[in-house]
Amino acid sequence: MKAYIIRRLLYMVLTLFGASVLIFGLYALTPGDFVDNNPKLTDERKAELKQMYGLDKPVVERYFVWLGNAVRGDFGYSLQYQQPVTSLLSQYIWNSFLIASASTLFTWLIAIVIGVISATRQYSFFDSAVTIGAFAAMSFPSFFAGLLIIKFFAVDLGWFPPGGMITTGSNATGLAYVWEVIDHMFLPVLVLTMLGVGSLTRYFRTNMLEIIRQDFIRTARAKGLKEKTVVYKHALRNALLPAITLLGFELPALFGGAIITEKIFNWPGVGQLYMQAFSLRDYPLLMGFTMFLAILTVVSNLLADLLYGVADPRVRLK
Amino acid sequence: MSSIVTETAGLAGTRTGARRSSLWRDTFAKLKKNKVAMCGLVFLVIMFLFCFIGPFFSPYASGKVNTVMINKPPSMAHWLGTDNLGRDILTRLMQAGRISLTVGLAAMLLSVFIGSVLGVVAGYYRGVVDQIVMRFADILMTIPGLPLLFIIGAILSEWKVPTDYRIYIVMLMLSLIGWPELARLVRSQILSLREREFMQATESLGLRDHRKLFFHLLPNTIPILIVVATLRVGGAILSESVLSYLGLGVVPPTPTWGNMIDAANTLIDFQKRPWLWIPPGFAIFATVISINLLGDGLRDALDPKMKR
Repeated sequence: MKAYIIRRLLYMVLTLFGASVLIFGLYALTPGDFVDNNPKLTDERKAELKQMYGLDKPVVERYFVWLGNAVRGDFGYSLQYQQPVTSLLSQYIWNSFLIASASTLFTWLIAIVIGVISATRQYSFFDSAVTIGAFAAMSFPSFFAGLLIIKFFAVDLGWFPPGGMITTGSNATGLAYVWEVIDHMFLPVLVLTMLGVGSLTRYFRTNMLEIIRQDFIRTARAKGLKEKTVVYKHALRNALLPAITLLGFELPALFGGAIITEKIFNWPGVGQLYMQAFSLRDYPLLMGFTMFLAILTVVSNLLADLLYGVADPRVRLK
Repeated sequence: MSSIVTETAGLAGTRTGARRSSLWRDTFAKLKKNKVAMCGLVFLVIMFLFCFIGPFFSPYASGKVNTVMINKPPSMAHWLGTDNLGRDILTRLMQAGRISLTVGLAAMLLSVFIGSVLGVVAGYYRGVVDQIVMRFADILMTIPGLPLLFIIGAILSEWKVPTDYRIYIVMLMLSLIGWPELARLVRSQILSLREREFMQATESLGLRDHRKLFFHLLPNTIPILIVVATLRVGGAILSESVLSYLGLGVVPPTPTWGNMIDAANTLIDFQKRPWLWIPPGFAIFATVISINLLGDGLRDALDPKMKR
């Protein structure tokens, strides 16, 4: 087990190295940068700034300077905010985490409940409705779902604010502040939950269907246990176990920010930050964030594999 | 999340080589019984006809700018209203559908092609080739698809690629991020297939490698590839729409469903003129859900493990 983890960690480092080459290479390919794109600067000032940011050096040298700093946890300065990239990310990440964790919680709760009910009533009207609903949820383009919901709930009905995290110019504190944030959170969390719940519901439904057909369930029924005990104690427990692997995969979703949804709802999270950095070509921020996503993905893959071993002891990790 | 579903499909459905001639008939017979999947199929056919033949019946197909008819709500003459240049939305919807569907299909074909060729080569030869291909796939898979697409899209915007070429480049981009997962799936199938008896037969017959790979190994993965490829078209259409909505994919004057929704970025159009951006959104939704339902039906029909 120890050897396995060490090997996986080594492999992770190699993969991340490859990813860093890819990320840096892609940005290096892009002509024009933050300095070039600013028409207010004179040529001399541009040259001066470029020297300051090290933009005048050859690509390979710049890559190794960047990588060397990145390894030490320094992703450089955001050109737009004039702040270290890491401190910017740590400022915005909790806003992303707030809506992501709320929607993950609701997604899992709803998916488990609906998945189990529709599996126990396979081919019923409820089951068909759930299946169609799950597919519908999977088939909505995220940005369109967001736009529709804003149009309907915020513009037409006026029940919720159309975007942002707090009302502009508001200086509410304490409980009023919390309430205000919840009010603003509602719609983005609704969209994220809607987008995620489809595939997870189907996952739980399929899992439950497989387990309900197994012999130990028949035994439990033959013993004369109540149907409720059979379903919720014997079957659900076994259906939940493999799902903890999925928890590992939730990591990028929790901290990586929902780029599209945050942009549509103007939510001040890392996803929004990323989209803004795009339009201004703030490369240190873009590279730092993309690298951060790559790290999250790699770590979550490892976590999922380890959790898989925990969930199913028959799996030997080598 | 969807990868889990496809992977479970990947584990099954390889025992088809012997009765290949009846596989398709069997599959279609099973599919016909699945009403939901058939609805998806029928709807897709209608959508294709609507987009590819529909414009021939429209009086507004030339897309001429009509200054008198700007931003008119739906009426008898213009069923879905007109846009800011006085063009008929319904006709634009069909023309945009042509592009969106073509991009989705082409991106799928290309990524299936790259993914299956690399997957079969990596799985059959193993060793160094396998390492190179799969490690490259791993690296591509560490960066989430959407940010990667944004980066490439932004680079293209900076390079000022002519708008006519953008559509081909979007296809390439989508297949570039799509192939690793397919290569992984095909490779895992090949790793078990190559140990089977029929491969010993090809060995003793002295067949050349390319015949073994592409006439004996790859055909055995076709059932799974069909399921995954079908679902892929939906995914590609969704990705294209996001990219085009953000102006990083196919850009006007070429219409796609995604860049038609771009109208929603203007506050007044968003609030007061929903006919500009709601129809293309529902067109995407309807197409993708049909594809997903059909793909799910195909999985049931092609997957012997999921007997119902």
